[in-house]
Amino acid sequence: MTAHITPLPAETVSPGAARKTVLEVENLSLAFRNADGLLPIVTDVSFAIAEGEAVALVGESGCGKSITASAIMGIAPDNAEIAGNITLNGTVISALPPKDRRRLCGRHMGFIFQEPMTALHPTLSIGRQMTDTLRHNLGLSHKDATDRAAELLDRVGIPRARDILRGYVHELSGGMRQRVMIALAISCGPSLIIADEPTTALDVTIQAQVLDLLEDMRRELNLAMLFITHDLEVVGDFCEKAVVMYAGDVVERGFSADIVRSPAHPYARGLIDAVPAHDDGRTRLTPILGTVPPVGQWPEGCRFAPRCGRADAQCRTRPSLERHGVTDARCWHPLEDRP
Amino acid sequence: MSMTQATSPDRLAGGDEESFVTTNKPVWQRLVANPTAMTSIILLVVLALSAVLAPLLAPGNPLKVSPADRFIPPGAEHYFGTDNLGRDMFNMVLHGGRTSLFVGLVVTAISMSVAVVLGAISGFYRQVDMVLMRIVDGLMAFPGIVLATAAAAIMGPSMSTVITSLSIVLVAPSLRVVRGQVLVVRELQMIEAARSVGVPTLRLFTRYILPAVSSPILVQASFIFSAAVLGEAGLSFIGVGIGPKELSWGNALTEARNYIAQAPWIVLFPGLALMLTILALNLLGDSLRDILDPRLARRR
Amino acid sequence: MLRYLGKRFLLILPTIFVPLILVFLLLRLSPGDPAGMMLGDQATAEQIAALRNQLGLDQPIWVQFLFWIRGIVTLDLGNSIFFREPVMQIIPRYAGVTILLAVVALALAVLIGVTLGLISAMNRNKPIDRGVVTAAVLGISLPEFWFALLLIFVFAVTLRWFPVAGYNPPTAGLIAFGATIFLPALALGVRQSALMTRMMRSSMLDVLNEPYITTARAQGLPESTVIGRYAMRTAAMPVITVAGLSAGYLLGGAVTIEIIFALPGLGRMLVEAVGRRDYPLVEGGVLAISLVLAVLNLVIDLIYAILDPRIRYQ
Repeated sequence: MTAHITPLPAETVSPGAARKTVLEVENLSLAFRNADGLLPIVTDVSFAIAEGEAVALVGESGCGKSITASAIMGIAPDNAEIAGNITLNGTVISALPPKDRRRLCGRHMGFIFQEPMTALHPTLSIGRQMTDTLRHNLGLSHKDATDRAAELLDRVGIPRARDILRGYVHELSGGMRQRVMIALAISCGPSLIIADEPTTALDVTIQAQVLDLLEDMRRELNLAMLFITHDLEVVGDFCEKAVVMYAGDVVERGFSADIVRSPAHPYARGLIDAVPAHDDGRTRLTPILGTVPPVGQWPEGCRFAPRCGRADAQCRTRPSLERHGVTDARCWHPLEDRP
Repeated sequence: MSMTQATSPDRLAGGDEESFVTTNKPVWQRLVANPTAMTSIILLVVLALSAVLAPLLAPGNPLKVSPADRFIPPGAEHYFGTDNLGRDMFNMVLHGGRTSLFVGLVVTAISMSVAVVLGAISGFYRQVDMVLMRIVDGLMAFPGIVLATAAAAIMGPSMSTVITSLSIVLVAPSLRVVRGQVLVVRELQMIEAARSVGVPTLRLFTRYILPAVSSPILVQASFIFSAAVLGEAGLSFIGVGIGPKELSWGNALTEARNYIAQAPWIVLFPGLALMLTILALNLLGDSLRDILDPRLARRR
Repeated sequence: MLRYLGKRFLLILPTIFVPLILVFLLLRLSPGDPAGMMLGDQATAEQIAALRNQLGLDQPIWVQFLFWIRGIVTLDLGNSIFFREPVMQIIPRYAGVTILLAVVALALAVLIGVTLGLISAMNRNKPIDRGVVTAAVLGISLPEFWFALLLIFVFAVTLRWFPVAGYNPPTAGLIAFGATIFLPALALGVRQSALMTRMMRSSMLDVLNEPYITTARAQGLPESTVIGRYAMRTAAMPVITVAGLSAGYLLGGAVTIEIIFALPGLGRMLVEAVGRRDYPLVEGGVLAISLVLAVLNLVIDLIYAILDPRIRYQ
C-alpha cells in the first residue's frame, strides 16, 4: 500500500464505471459481554461501499451507528463480541487478530470523530500527532513526516501549516480542528474513511465547509466513505447510498435519493418528517413519538413497532430485510405511496 | 495548588467546594450496609474500648520499671513482650492509646469547632474571607510538624502544647472545607428566603448552615482525627510532643528504636496500633465520603 | 510563561510569611520570658537583661516586628546562641541534605506510584489491581517514622544491605550517597507513593476513556505508544499535582526521618535547636523550610507549565 495522495484522473471515477468494492459488511452483530451474559447492541448489519462512494449510516442516537463503525475499525471495547464478516479490499479482516487489525488502522482506514476538540490530544502538538502516525505507518523520517504533515494541512485548507504544526488543539477554531482531524485521517492514504457525525459539533456555517472538504477529498482520493449522521438532509446531498438503523437493526437500505424521496420504512419516513425541509410545502414538522428503546429492552418482533402507527399483530414477529420497490426495508407494512 | 496533605491524604480526591448531596436514607443505615465502613467502625470501637478500659485490661502502672524482666519476647506472660526497662508492652500500648486517642479527639473537636465558626464567618464576610484564606494557604502548604516543633521550643513540650499547635495547623484544611460548603449553601433559595424575611444571622447559622455543612464536616473530622493522632505520635517520637513523663504510642517508639536489633517487638506493637488507628480513620473517612457524596463516589 | 510564574510566586508568598509570623507571635506573646528560658535557671538578672536587649525583646512589639521584617528581607536573622555564628551561615550547611532527601523521596514516590498505578489501571479489577489498591490504602495509613524503623530492621539490621544510620554526601560518590539516602527516602516517600498510585490509577482509567486515545488507536499507533505517550502524557498531570502538594509534607516528614537516620538536615537541626532553646536558629530553620518549600513549588509549577501547553496561556 503506497501512500500517495495524488488525485486519480477524473475519468476513472466516473459513476458509470464498475467500481471496486472497498468495504463489505455482512451480517455484522455485536454484543457486550457483561456479568449477566451477552447484551446485543447491533444485529445483522450488512452493506457495502465502493471506492469513491459515500454511504450514510443514519439513525437517532442509541441506534448502534457508532459502535458499528468502531467494530469495522477494530476499536470496539474489549468486552464486545463481534460476529459476521468484514471484508476490506477483498481481504476478510474480521477474523484477523487484534494486532493485525490495528495495522490496518490509519494505513487502510481513517476515522474522523465527532468532536475534534476531544479527539485530538490536548497536550501533544498537532505536528507531533501527525508525524507519530506518519512515521509509524509509513516509516517516514522525522523531516519527511513533518514535510508531509505540512503538505496535508495545506491540502485541507489550513493556512500557515508550519505554524499550526507547532500549535495545540485548543488554539484552533472548531472548523480548523475538524480540518486537522481530516488531514490526520487521510494522512496515510487509506481507501476507507469513516466519519462519525463529523459536523455535529460545529457551527452551521462551518458545517457546510467541512462537508465540502470531505466531498473534495472523497472525489480527489477516490475514497470509500462511511458517513454516520442523524441528519437526513445531509444524507440526500452528500451520500449516494444510505443505511437507516434503528435499535441495532438495519431497517432500510438503498440509494439515498430514493429513501429521502419515498422511504419504505415508517421509521425512515418519521426521520424525514422530523427534518425541516424547504421544498415540499409542509408547514409542520412531525416528530416521531417516543424514544429508541434502550439496549436490552428491545421488543420481540419489529423493534420499531411500539412507536409505529402501522403496527399490528404481525409486527410481533421479526420482519426480514427485503426488497420493497427501489429500496430494501425491514418491515411488514412498508409505505407504498411512491410517486 | 496551595493545598498540602500534611493532614488528610485524601483531600485531593475530595476537592473543596463540592456540594454534598444527601438522600433520604439515614447515614447510619448506609454505613451499616457498607462493609468498609463497618470494618473501620468495628476496628475503631475495639481501639477506643481498649484505651478506655486500659486500667481494667492492663492494671498497674504501665511505666513501672522492672529491670529483671528486660527484653522478654511476646508470649503468654507478656502478650507483646517487654522493653529495655522491663515494662510490659501490652500495658504500654493500651495506656499509650489513651493519650493518643485523647489528643486526637480533643484536637479534632477544637479544630472542627473553630473551623465551623470561622468558616461560616468567612463564607459570609468577604473581607474576613480574604485574610483568612491567605492564612489558610500559608498554613496548609507549610509542614505542620515544623510549626509544632517550633511551638514546642517556645512553650515547652507538653500535652497542651501539642494540642494547641496541632489544632492551629489542622484548622486550616477544615476551615477551607467548611467555607466552601457555606459558599454553596449561602446561595440556596431557602437561605435567600430566610435572609430576606429577616431571620437573624445566628439563627440562620444554627438552623440552615450547620445542618448543611454537617456531612463534609463528618468526613473531614475522620481525616483530621487521623492526622492529629499521626501528628502527636510524630512529635512525641522526636521528643517535642507530650513530654517524656507521659505515655503515648509515639513516645513508646522513641526509646524502642535503639533496641530494634535485639527486641523488634517493642517497635512493632506501638506502631501497629498507630497504623491500625490511622487506617481505620482513613477508611471511615473514605466510606463516609462515598456515602455522603455519591457524585464523588462514582468517580472511583 | 513569565506572567504565569509570577502569579504562582505571589500565591506562594503566604506560605513563606504565615508560618514565620506565627512563630514570631508565639515567641513574643507566649507567657514566660524567652531570654530567661534560653539562659536557664542559673542566669543572673543582668545576663537576662543583656540578652533581652541583644534580641530586641525589650522593645515594643511593633518595633520588634519591624526589625523582624527587616531581618527576614535582608536574610539576617542574627546569631545562633549555641553556635555563636550568623544563622544564615549555619542554615545552608543543613539545607542541602534536606533538599536532597526530599527530592530523592519524591523521585522514588513518583517512580513507584506511576508504575504501580499504571499496572493497576491496565489490569483493572484483576487480582493484581486489587492487590495494588489494598497496598495503597495501607501505604497511605503508614506512619513514615514507623515504616523507617521497619525498613531499618529488615534491610539494615537483618539483611545488612544498608547502613543503619549516617550520611555520605554525593561528593563521597554516588554509591556511598545512595546507600545512605535510599532507606530514608523510601520511608519518607511511602505515603506519597501510595497516594500517587491511587491518583495514577484513577487518572489513567479516566484518560483511557478519552476520545483522543481512541483517535490514536484508530490511527494505527501501537498500544505501547498509545499508553506510553498519548495516555501517560495526560494521566501524569494529576500525579504532578500530588507531587506539588507533597513538598510540604515531605519537608515535614524529613524532620522525623532525619532524626532516625541521623542525617544532618534542617529537620534535625531544628529539633536540636529547639532542645537548646536557640530561638534565632529555630526562626531560621522555619524560614529556610519556607523558602525551600517555595522554591520546590515553583519548580513543580514550571514542570507543569512545560508539560501542559494550555497552562501557559491562562
